[in-house]
Formats: sequence, structure tokens, C-alpha cells
Amino acid sequence: MSLLTTPLDTLHRELGAKMVPFAGYDMPVQYPDGIIKEHLHTRAAAGLFDVSHMGQVVIEGPGAAAMLEGLVPVDIEALENNRQTYALFTNTRGGVLDDLIITRWAQDRFFLVVNAACKAQDIEHLRAHLSGQSLQVLEQQALLALQGPRAREVMSELCPEAAKLVFMQGCHTAIDGVDVYITCSGYTGEDGFEISVPAAEAEALARKLLAWEQVAPVGLGARDSLRLEAGLCLYGNELTEDIDPVQAGLLWSISKSRREDGERAGGFPGADVVFERIRNRPALRRVGLKVEGKRPVRAGQAVTDADGNKVGEVCSAGYGASVGGPVAMAYVQRTVGEPGTALAVDVRGKPVSVTVARMPFTPQRYYRG
Amino acid sequence: MSQTPSELKYASSHEWARLEEDGSVTVGITDHAQEALGDVVFVELPEVGSNIAAGEEAGVVESVKAASDIYAPVGGEVLAVNPQLEDEPETVNSDPYNDGWFFKLQPTDASELDALLNAADYQARCDEDD
Repeated sequence: MSLLTTPLDTLHRELGAKMVPFAGYDMPVQYPDGIIKEHLHTRAAAGLFDVSHMGQVVIEGPGAAAMLEGLVPVDIEALENNRQTYALFTNTRGGVLDDLIITRWAQDRFFLVVNAACKAQDIEHLRAHLSGQSLQVLEQQALLALQGPRAREVMSELCPEAAKLVFMQGCHTAIDGVDVYITCSGYTGEDGFEISVPAAEAEALARKLLAWEQVAPVGLGARDSLRLEAGLCLYGNELTEDIDPVQAGLLWSISKSRREDGERAGGFPGADVVFERIRNRPALRRVGLKVEGKRPVRAGQAVTDADGNKVGEVCSAGYGASVGGPVAMAYVQRTVGEPGTALAVDVRGKPVSVTVARMPFTPQRYYRG
Repeated sequence: MSQTPSELKYASSHEWARLEEDGSVTVGITDHAQEALGDVVFVELPEVGSNIAAGEEAGVVESVKAASDIYAPVGGEVLAVNPQLEDEPETVNSDPYNDGWFFKLQPTDASELDALLNAADYQARCDEDD
């Protein structure tokens, strides 16, 4: 099967990116600077990420909010125009089909950004639940993310209107006469923006952004280590069809009004299972692991207690360049999930000491106004 | 383009070996290998005094992306390991053939070096992989 490319493919190659297959796309895993430098640059200045492989979908029509509420445990009715929410598509077993961002564009019009790997399945899932609304996949839109503490000063020169946005807010605006939708969001733990731009104009915009001395291109490798340090879930690692939102530590993403005692309780797939988990707390929980020393641990490795008994499994791991050492997330038995608990990870037969740590590993620096 | 110094010998598993004037052999990983691995964050080295056979596992190099075994290109007793790699594993990326060396062996049979690849053959092997 041939790989799909994003509208920035030519630019990636020109910049010397190392390309790898990811979710069916040929994507830059790193540029010549390397993952650690790209990671640190994003935390110090601003990184430019191509996230055009993600799915952009518009749902429009009467009852669109109610239709979405039938799929996600979030109060969509209460979402204001140009505000965004994190959401989960749940399955009937209370597991997670995908995580996504929903933005309200108008009373009956919503903009969804979903994971590349789940895109086809998500679109099918949405279509199957339409009740008179239309669904449009924005195939001709690219998505660029500008992330980091200096992203806002770049935005104030590029598009002053967008530089006023606060976390999880968006606006329709224009850059050099090109219509774009800009949101204040991202997946690095930093302040920053995501720009949905027509594919034909994406390369020019990326080149323009890279001309700022604060901005450097950042690949998927650093995107992963940044989100890991920020304690954010990656679908396929922390979230799967067999992991429920409570176990994943995402109870906060379930709106009060949609919980068992809320005014619009349930009504999403697997609600009964999720409510049972909220009442009884699942046996496993997602935790952060601070790794002693420099030897990295890897996803899939077993977590053990002091006696060597298996108590969990690493779901994401990597080098936390800002932390200055290896970090990981794991699912462990609740009884050993308290921060400060000493555990070990079995790295190819060698026990590596780890401590359950509070997440995020690095402070989130979202701009809330 | 990665560097392949002509005075070194190479294993197809991407280690280089240099015969020193005192008869010892210094071992590291190639520029091609460090480039493929990406940022190196941890190196596990053999114990000084231990004996390793040619082709035997001698350590592990871990990058931000993956773990890779290191093999001894020739057999012998480990005379020294590079102490710098403990605190500065990134030296493997910045200077793979000098400051980024891994360990030094007293070869049991120096003729094992003859079985290794020369620079041109190793380079050709890497080009095939790309």
C-alpha cells in the first residue's frame, strides 16, 4: 500500500526530514536537529508541527449537538460558539474508540479533529449516527500546529486577532487573504495554536512561519516526547477499546451533566459501564513513572513491585528532554498507584527502579487569559 | 552523508574497530549507525576484565527511538570502557569515531580483524540498506 503524503511533503524533504510511515502517511519523525533539540526548542521558543494527517470533519444540521452527545460523554449543548472541548468516542463496553477535539462553529455546526489512525473508522461511526445532519470531511485542509512559549508573539505579528485567543478558543480569520481557522490548542503542554488552512496554501504559510527566528520545524518524535512529558494520552497507547475513561484518568472529560446524577445523564455508548467504573473505581489506573538513572524503559515492558510481582505494564515511554531523563506512563494496579510508590520496570531482564510520579512531568503552560 | 574513515575495520552490525599501536583494539559504533539511531540517551558497556568472543553481545545502545545491541567485532579481554558515555551519551552522536568510543579490548587473536569489512565494503553495505 502506498503512503499518503501531506501538503507539506516537499517542504519536509527540503528541510532534511527523516520520513517514516505513520497511520498510512509518510511523516517527518525528525529534522536534522534531532528529537531532543526539537523538543527543547518547542519548550524554549516555538515548534512548527505538520499535523495534516489528522482528520478534520464538519457536522452540520439541526440537532447536531444532540447527535454528538449520543457519541461522547460531554455537554455539547452548553459549548459556546468558537469554544472547544476534548472528548472521547466511547464504545458499548465503555472503552474508547478515539479521542478528539470538538469545536462549536455555530448553533448547529461543529468542527471535529480526530486521530489519523482512527479517521476512517471515526467517520464511519459518525455517519452511522447522523439523524438528518450532514457530514463533510475537509480533505483539502491542512493542519499546522505552532507550539511553545513564543508562539503567541509570532501569532501577534502573523494574525493579531488570533493572538488574543485563550486556551480552547478559536476564530475564523484570514492570513494574507487566505481563510483559516485558528484555535488556541495543541498537544505539547505549551501555549500555542493550531491552524486549519487550505492544502494549496499550507506550504506558503509554513514557510512564512519558519522565517521567524523563534520557529523551528519539529517532527513526530518530539511531538510524542512533548505530549508524554505533558501527561497527555495517545490513542493506541493509553487509550484503546478495552480501556475506560475512568481507568485512563480522564474522568474530568466527562461533563457533570452527563454523569449518573446529571440532568442529562448517560445517552452515550457504554454509559452504564462507565457509571459503574465511576462508582467502583477500576482495578487499574494510569500513572506517571519517573525512571531512576538514564536507562530508558519502553512501552510494553512489565511493571513489578518490590517483590518482583507483575503489577502493571508501561503504555508510553521516552526520553523527557526537559525532565532530563527517561519518563513513562503505565497502567498499574490501583493499590500501587499512589505517587511516591517505589516500583520497577523489567527492561529485558534487568529491573530498573521507577517511582510513581504526579503528572504532568513538566508544568502545563496553557494561556487562559 | 555519513563518514567511514578508511583506516578502520567494520562489522556488518555497524561497529568499528581500530588496532592501536599497543596492540589493543578500540571499538565504537559507526557514523551511519548513530545517524540511524538518532539521539543516543544511554549506553550499557561491558565489564572491564570480562572476556568477550567475536560476535558476542558486548552492550546496548539506547536512543530516543530504540534499543540496539552492540557486538564485539573481535574477541578479547575488556581493558577499558569510555567513562564519558555515562554522563554524556550524546558524544556517540557528535563524535562516533573518537570521543564516542565504547570500549577497548586486548584481542585474543588479532587476525580476527582481517575477517572484518574495510571502509569501502562497509560503505557499500550501508548504501544497499538505504
